[in-house]
Amino acid sequence: MAYLELNNIYKTYEQGGSETEVLSNINLTIEEGEFVAIVGFTGSGKTTLVNLINGLLEPTKGEVLFKGKPVQGTSHERGVIFQNYSLLPWLTVGQNVYMAVKEAFPKKSKSELNAIVADYVEMVSLTPAINKRPKELSGGMRQRVAVARALAMKPEMIIMDEPLGALDALTRGNLQDEILNIWGKEKRTALLITNDVDEGIYMADRIIPLRPGPNATLGPEFKIDLDRPRDKTEMNDNPNFKNTRNAIIEYLMDIGAERKVEASEGFVLPELTPKDFVNRFK
Amino acid sequence: MKQSLTLGKVTKFMGLGFLTTIKDLFTGKLEKEDFKNFLRKVVVPIASILLFIGLWHMGSKSLYNIEAEFKIEKALNDQGPAAAEALRTCIASGDSSCQPNTLPSPSQVWSSYQSLLRDHNIISADKAAFIEKTAALNEKRLAEGKDAIVYTGRPSFVDQIFRSLQTVFAGFLLALLIAVPLGIFIGLSPTLKSSFNWFIQIFKPVSPVVWYLLVFMIVKTLLIGSSEDSSFTISFISVGLCSMWATLVNTAMGVSSVDKDYINVAKVLKLGPFQKIFKVVLPSSLPLIFTGLKITLSVAWMVLIAIELLAQSPGLGLFVWEEFQNGANDSNAKIIVAMFVIGIIGFLLDRLMLTIQNWVSFDKTDAI
Ligand SMILES: Nc1ncnc2c1ncn2[C@@H]1O[C@H](COP(=O)(O)OP(=O)(O)O)[C@@H](O)[C@H]1O
Ligand SMILES: [Mg+2]
Repeated sequence: MAYLELNNIYKTYEQGGSETEVLSNINLTIEEGEFVAIVGFTGSGKTTLVNLINGLLEPTKGEVLFKGKPVQGTSHERGVIFQNYSLLPWLTVGQNVYMAVKEAFPKKSKSELNAIVADYVEMVSLTPAINKRPKELSGGMRQRVAVARALAMKPEMIIMDEPLGALDALTRGNLQDEILNIWGKEKRTALLITNDVDEGIYMADRIIPLRPGPNATLGPEFKIDLDRPRDKTEMNDNPNFKNTRNAIIEYLMDIGAERKVEASEGFVLPELTPKDFVNRFK
Repeated sequence: MKQSLTLGKVTKFMGLGFLTTIKDLFTGKLEKEDFKNFLRKVVVPIASILLFIGLWHMGSKSLYNIEAEFKIEKALNDQGPAAAEALRTCIASGDSSCQPNTLPSPSQVWSSYQSLLRDHNIISADKAAFIEKTAALNEKRLAEGKDAIVYTGRPSFVDQIFRSLQTVFAGFLLALLIAVPLGIFIGLSPTLKSSFNWFIQIFKPVSPVVWYLLVFMIVKTLLIGSSEDSSFTISFISVGLCSMWATLVNTAMGVSSVDKDYINVAKVLKLGPFQKIFKVVLPSSLPLIFTGLKITLSVAWMVLIAIELLAQSPGLGLFVWEEFQNGANDSNAKIIVAMFVIGIIGFLLDRLMLTIQNWVSFDKTDAI
């Protein structure tokens, strides 16, 4: 039995009387302890896919099985790091994390809970800002709070929706390592949505592209056969890494070009030049 | 070069040459921007107040003259030239028995204000003396199980203000206690929202007079046989019912339009319904709720006067009504004093709510 299983998933949004099928025939299995990354263009339906897995949305057709049982609503077993941080602005950094920890461990005492909060805030190097409110923090700092909040609940499976997109390179690297550390040490399962192929290769066991929507489907998977722990500088010289990276980028370029042709048939969309695209998947 | 250029720019505008000369008076200490600000924030408001008082003075003077001429003319026609001449000298002498009754001048209003304060001081002294005098007797009466003797003299103008504030706060509190919880329930449930919608739409525009009559019908029957004065109860309930709609609508709107991201957080953390309401929904709707409460308080203060007047409940409304009925020489001036007091208190209440509102608000766009 697979840990997480998506069988023939379709998701349709209804808006103003018209229906759009965002996801079509999505099939995905993730084994326990695996780290899977999904890469895709903006607007292709990655957040929708994530919300189907974490239980915020229900598929129009098909089933999502978590440990063999259909997903019904959210669960503390699946921790979520949202794309847009989603911190509560009226709470401080510490209170935002505390609120999550308290729900996850209702039996623990106040001092135990505070200790967990302090640990995870320290992990994202925000101890000096623990009493600040989100509006006093930079975008990167807010995203780190969101990471701390999700990880502090110690979920079995970590679901991350472009969690590091807003961060500077240094913090990004640090948090990648922290996430990998927690995933490896505590035998978690992880699903990472990203638009950075290098990040996917550095962190994941498998990379699966999500083809552009509407009717987005998953592309062929790319296995990353690199030993862990991985080293970023060494990786760059590894022929295996180079090959995989090139293959993925080539695949994405192809579907990007396909999309461009399709688009130019009906509309003029000057933003969708290949140059734009290469920049995104640098 | 630079100097002449800025000067040239400045003198381009009419009247700004005068501005630069004044700037020189400040020996460069005051920058042009500062000065403009000073002009805008201090000089212009003071000038406009003076202008207002000037216009008022002239207006009341000409109304006074029209009224005086009319009175003299009438005396001439009815009683002959001697009576008219007598009336003319009487009016000119400022004797209070024959003054034309019209819009009072600023100085009359000011002296009425001072006489109201004097009156207040006299009444307060009277009251203090009465309490002192009856203190020993009241102790004895209470010990014997009888009711204490209370001061039943006429309330002063200041007492009326405090009565009005009491009524408005009681009404505001009632509005808050009804509208906020009800608004939360309505906002949380789309079914309740649509079923309450017609109710809100119909009752919101009902006038204070009608609310008063409605409350009067109900309270009168409920308190039947009781000797207690129900005018305060009736007026604060009417004020509350009349003013609660803004809070009800805003609370319902705030609660039903909580950012989807926050709701998702509540779902992912699996907050219980209680936690969800108190930790997510309410804090997120506080800014809108406070906007509603601010409107409620200002509406409450506005309708209060009319309702006190109808209910004959002590307060500024009753004061205005009694002065109007009274028709004494300085009644009109006292009514104008009351008008200013009402306006200034309304303004202060608004400031108070604004301060509280800014204090509880957060910037939504900042956090996402
Ligand atoms: N609640 C919704 N109602 C209607 N359309 C939606 C809704 N959420 C997302 N969409 C549409 O579905 C598509 C995929 O959105 P999303 O999953 O957020 O993409 P991604 O995360 O890859 O950027 C977009 O075209 C978006 O406009
Ligand atoms: Mg997204």
